[in-house]
Amino acid sequence: MKPASFDFLCPETLEEALAALAEGGGEARVIAGGQSLVPMLNMRLARPGLLVDIMRLDPLRKIETSGDEIVVGAGVRQAELEAQPDLSQHLPLLAAAFPWLGHVQTRARGTVCGSVAHADPSAELPLALVTLGGTVSLRSRSRRRKVKADDFFIGMMATDLAEDEMIESVHFPKARPGWGCSFREIGRRHGDFAIVACAAIADDDGLRLGIAGVDDRPRVCRLPALDNDQFDDAINDIAWSLNARDDIHASARYRRELVRSLGREALKEASRCRT
Amino acid sequence: MPHLNAAQRHLVHFTLNGRMVRAEVENRMLLSDLLRHEIGLTGTHVGCEHGVCGACTVQIDGKPARACLTLAQQIRGSNIRTVEALVTDPAVLSPLQAAFRHHHGLQCGFCTPGILMSLDALLRERPDAGRKEIREHLSGHLCRCTGYATIIEAALDAAEEQRKEETPNA
Ligand SMILES: Cc1cc2nc3c(=O)[nH]c(=O)nc-3n(C[C@H](O)[C@H](O)[C@H](O)COP(=O)(O)OP(=O)(O)OC[C@H]3O[C@@H](n4cnc5c(N)ncnc54)[C@H](O)[C@@H]3O)c2cc1C
Ligand code: FES
Ligand code: FES
Repeated sequence: MKPASFDFLCPETLEEALAALAEGGGEARVIAGGQSLVPMLNMRLARPGLLVDIMRLDPLRKIETSGDEIVVGAGVRQAELEAQPDLSQHLPLLAAAFPWLGHVQTRARGTVCGSVAHADPSAELPLALVTLGGTVSLRSRSRRRKVKADDFFIGMMATDLAEDEMIESVHFPKARPGWGCSFREIGRRHGDFAIVACAAIADDDGLRLGIAGVDDRPRVCRLPALDNDQFDDAINDIAWSLNARDDIHASARYRRELVRSLGREALKEASRCRT
Repeated sequence: MPHLNAAQRHLVHFTLNGRMVRAEVENRMLLSDLLRHEIGLTGTHVGCEHGVCGACTVQIDGKPARACLTLAQQIRGSNIRTVEALVTDPAVLSPLQAAFRHHHGLQCGFCTPGILMSLDALLRERPDAGRKEIREHLSGHLCRCTGYATIIEAALDAAEEQRKEETPNA
């Protein structure tokens, strides 16, 4: 249970970090908070040749408001965003999701962008980002691009990130007037990965439901109004469309039931708390 | 900062329980192993080595964190506190330690150093912490002996004790 050996780079500039990734040929890997990567190193599920520590790069340590988005840099720890005084005003969905994300002790180190890069199918932040319709800013030595969160997550811990790229920031759309949201989760113990997590948004465009823990990536879909005759069928169709599987944590049937019940609860609450 | 080669040991310096420490470590050295095997502070325990049990919890710049999920190279220049820092006078227990003793907040004691470091951080930051916050902090720890109830009682008691001490003439 000890990591295999690796080179370690603590770059002073972002350019230096990007050069290391470009020249690393897939052997180089970003280390941020280490809350997912170090367990994988310890268990030797990951054996990178070089770790590039991005946590001392000041340009990445920013939380900024840009138009109707909150932009969170790759050096921002989960606890830092959670502690923003206006979080529940601008990003109420995140404020509701944070208490479910691991523990105080892991949020103190883990980063927001690291969770998005890790792309665990049960993870709360990728779910919130996809449900909000956010974007991911990627950067390599030679190019910059922005990808919609929904296109970024490809499958089980698989993303659109290229070998030479890093996530520079993620962009969360701010809550708008007339908007309501809700977050629900079932896990074995508080702080464990979700068996099923639901994020709901209600606004003038209708209802949106994001679901994590069932398919191999977070999924988001639209639903008719709760009092519409078609609602029950619609949410049932969604539950069946997510390829739920049996595993050690829960049966596929239980997961589908959770999608229906937690999903309904979350949508009800989101509709009720529209501002 | 140069590229640190895997084959060699490299210098890290940080503050440990109020004192400057310099150590030569391999890149793959975990903070938990540095503390226990190189420095000899064995109060920090290691249970699972993948972040789940919380036995290895120390404070990094005042925040409780997993020593087993932290590379020694990541803490250059940081301020680390371990359970040994709770002892200021070997003959006297700190209020938190005394409350654990009074309420039987430990049996085998394996989980205790980590739990003390989480609760110490909580009570420093939030002297008004109640049952909810205490339970939330404890969710990051596994205890196989106590059933947690006595730990919560100890923490509530310590919080109250601490508030009394801080209120002048009360
Ligand atoms: C006990 C425990 C419980 C947990 N429970 C939960 C939970 O309930 N829900 C949850 O979502 N997570 C949970 N986690 C995981 C935690 O949220 C991690 O912090 C997070 O997934 C990774 O963030 P990090 O900064 O620590 O990334 P790291 O561990 O440093 O990196 C993770 C991966 O992302 C890559 N990476 C990191 N940053 C970037 C970047 N900027 N650009 C490109 N690649 C990057 C790394 O190369 C690595 O592959 C838990 C962890 C533990 C130990
Ligand atoms: S040893 Fe670090 S959390 Fe278990
Ligand atoms: S006292 Fe034995 S594990 Fe907690």
